[in-house]
Amino acid sequence: MDLVKFVEESLVEKREIPEFKAGDTVTVVYKIKEGNKEREQLFQGVVLQRKGHENTATFTVRKISNGVGVERIFPTNSPKISRIEVNKRGVVRRARIFYLRKFSGKKARIEEKRV
Amino acid sequence: MSGIIGKKVGMTSYFDAEGRNIPCTVVEAGPCVVTQVRTEDHDGYAAVQIAYGERKEKNTPAALKGHFKKAGTTPKRKVVEFKGFEKELNLGDTVTVDIFTEGEYCDVVGVSKGKGHQGVVKRHGFAGVGGRTHGQHNRLRAPGSLGAASYPSRVFKGMRMAGRMGGDTVKAFNLQIMKIIPEQNLLVLRGSVPGAKGSFITIEI
Repeated sequence: MDLVKFVEESLVEKREIPEFKAGDTVTVVYKIKEGNKEREQLFQGVVLQRKGHENTATFTVRKISNGVGVERIFPTNSPKISRIEVNKRGVVRRARIFYLRKFSGKKARIEEKRV
Repeated sequence: MSGIIGKKVGMTSYFDAEGRNIPCTVVEAGPCVVTQVRTEDHDGYAAVQIAYGERKEKNTPAALKGHFKKAGTTPKRKVVEFKGFEKELNLGDTVTVDIFTEGEYCDVVGVSKGKGHQGVVKRHGFAGVGGRTHGQHNRLRAPGSLGAASYPSRVFKGMRMAGRMGGDTVKAFNLQIMKIIPEQNLLVLRGSVPGAKGSFITIEI
């Protein structure tokens, strides 16, 4: 048996998260500790990529904050993520949409998937 | 110094109670067999020799076959001696991960991955010579001067140059034991461990 997998299964708690992929717009609700207080912070943006597999997987979210592009990488199984909301399903042709970094404004739009 | 022989399985990470992502190495350690007990009277020093890893009978030299037979065990691949083992051990005893406790710090000895013939920038951390521009070419990863001229008229011994890199015995200090799984003989150590996956390592406390 794969022993690394065995350890991962015993140590990492698998989380239920909604299905999403590159091009989708998501809101990540992240727990932040300030002193003794704990509050939640929202990070809404476009998913650039999903990386890794199973227990050590991560995903990258990009948003434009005050005219500056901000990217944040979240571990998918992090207990600090309280929930993930999928706001929009985007139509993109590749799994990693780094080309989005070059665009701003109207060019940086992603077509929404029709259901 | 107590210790055990093991095999590097691979790396992963998990989240602790505070939600921090902990990088860790999974090590399969033991069970090892005591194949010899060296004593002050007989050998001039006290030590315990332990062995780990199965080996085919037909690939074992006759002399080693006898050595393992004396301890009442099958032939083993890796043999290591420990001086000053904390636990009292006799010939044929087994050493398992029980000698460790969770949260304890240990050192790990392994053979680093071989990198082949490498230049001074990678091998010794040299910065290369000069920049890319101003008409310079092919000096970016060069070693620079090897020393002075007519005096001493030679290159000093031990001058750091290009050559074989890796494949050295390396000791990683103060790795925390995060988790022990005795049923599978597994240790989960914080951080990285020298060597390739599947290579032998010794874990010392």
